[in-house]
Amino acid sequence: MSARHLKVLIIDANLVRAAILEDGLRDCGELEVHHIREMSNLLPRVAAINPDVILIDLENPSRDTLEQMFQVSRWAERPIAMFVDKSDSDAVQAAIDAGVSAYVVDGLRRERVKSVLDVSISRFNAFHRLQQELNEARSALADRKIIERAKEILIERQGCTETAAYALLRRKAMDQGRKIADIARALVTAADLLPPGEAK
Amino acid sequence: MTRTLTAGFVPLVDAAPLIAAAERGFAHAEGLELRLVRQASWATLRDHLNLGHIDCAQALAPLPIAAALGIGQVRSEIVVPFVLSRGGNAITLSRKLADEIRRANGGTTPADAKSWARALAIALRQRAEPVTLAMVYPYSGHNFELRYWLAAAGIHPDRDVRLIAIPPPLTVESLRAGQIDGFCVGAPWNGLATAAGIGEIVATKSEIFPHGIEKVLAMRKALLAEESLCASLLRSLAAAARWCDDPANHVDLAELLAAPQYLGTDPEQSLRALRGQLKGRPGQPDADYLYFSRHDANRPRREEALWLYAQMRRWGQVRGSTAAIVRAAEAEAAAVFRPDVYARVFGGGDRDDAPRPIPACDRVEFDGVSVESYLQLFDLATPFGVDYRSL
Repeated sequence: MSARHLKVLIIDANLVRAAILEDGLRDCGELEVHHIREMSNLLPRVAAINPDVILIDLENPSRDTLEQMFQVSRWAERPIAMFVDKSDSDAVQAAIDAGVSAYVVDGLRRERVKSVLDVSISRFNAFHRLQQELNEARSALADRKIIERAKEILIERQGCTETAAYALLRRKAMDQGRKIADIARALVTAADLLPPGEAK
Repeated sequence: MTRTLTAGFVPLVDAAPLIAAAERGFAHAEGLELRLVRQASWATLRDHLNLGHIDCAQALAPLPIAAALGIGQVRSEIVVPFVLSRGGNAITLSRKLADEIRRANGGTTPADAKSWARALAIALRQRAEPVTLAMVYPYSGHNFELRYWLAAAGIHPDRDVRLIAIPPPLTVESLRAGQIDGFCVGAPWNGLATAAGIGEIVATKSEIFPHGIEKVLAMRKALLAEESLCASLLRSLAAAARWCDDPANHVDLAELLAAPQYLGTDPEQSLRALRGQLKGRPGQPDADYLYFSRHDANRPRREEALWLYAQMRRWGQVRGSTAAIVRAAEAEAAAVFRPDVYARVFGGGDRDDAPRPIPACDRVEFDGVSVESYLQLFDLATPFGVDYRSL
């Protein structure tokens, strides 16, 4: 293998994930990293880049299109293997658990490709964690909003203080073994159905 | 005790036996809980199967053979103890290309699959732009049907047209967007394209390869060790397949398939496919357009595995180097299909059965024995590693 840079192609419509991955690959030494984000007319663009390694989301429907290309093109002579080594089942397992699939031209220096793959796996996992944190933050925010609204309703209709309203919600939640936000959501829904004046 | 098995599927009408087994009580009757997981692509389905994330799956018949031979993927031990469906695919061309072909055909609509292909050959010679046709995966019946249909009319599938792969749910949109000029795909996607007025069905799998094998149950080989579990799975699928074949259940089945977690498409087109009523096709309804159980459909036959391997050889998907390697690969390919496992559950013959010939639209038969002499019968083929596009 010549000393030229390893060419890595990231195919991903998710810009954040691609950026996280690209960032990680900077630490892998001399790499030439390309990114395709549009799935339409994929093949000519992949062929023009002529990558050594392709990294793509495991669930990306365009993988079937790619695999067809490997089978008919000049890649058939230097077979594309998924992942680094056919016997390296731990790496395959780790990659699939992380949701990344890699297509690698056989016969490349294993160590270089291995480091690229390791980075991809850890970056894909980092992305999942980020997404999870984001989802948790979003739902925490939504919970806070609904609890505020429920407190307002109680203050307005029961004439109680904010502290008492919150205590009421919390006691109900503990009695029923549910989350405060769930009790608040039920209260807000009920209040919508029963306009003020009808409730005592 | 109820055992849970996880099965992968792709949104297609021929996922019906798996879906019916899970939803209409056939799995429960065998003490099974069948958990179905929809897959985004055939590549994804294969990877999840290889790693044991799913126990079994609806698979394109050639896919487990490619997996066993390690072509384009990690070599894996997947077996086929059961056939889920036969037929069901069709070739649809864009309205524009179909009109071009009519003009090339002296202004008349070609009468059948063969004459459509012959007229396409004439139209291609009069055309400046190459035609792009899609199928769903390199190791698929669709790929082999499309190639066979083209080649029977003297059109070389790698030299004279561009072939690409697109997952089934994206075919209709790609045709609408003009990215492709036609495709070979399973139900209900051909019907959906014609109903939308953007495509015309010109050939069916039942015309190209009558009773041709389509989807199979691909299973992790390790599961064979659990004989009674395997037997329960196969029995529940056989009962579900019988139910799917019964016209009295077709409306119910089409509605079931339309659920968002399964196909999420218009039940009308699934129903038409189940009834073999394709719009604009002569000789309709075609009783054997798509079926799941009758004509001993579920029995995997070794000669069919061999025939699929022969198609792979013809189109350069496998290296045909020395005679010894070819014989070893042939044996390996044939061993993926397990008529012995099927026969243990349902009776009937297994590997000692005399092979039955496999017919095709051009009257060329595979005798079920010799791949080599079968391949000699064709003028058009693609040697391994040759890329006509780069020549």
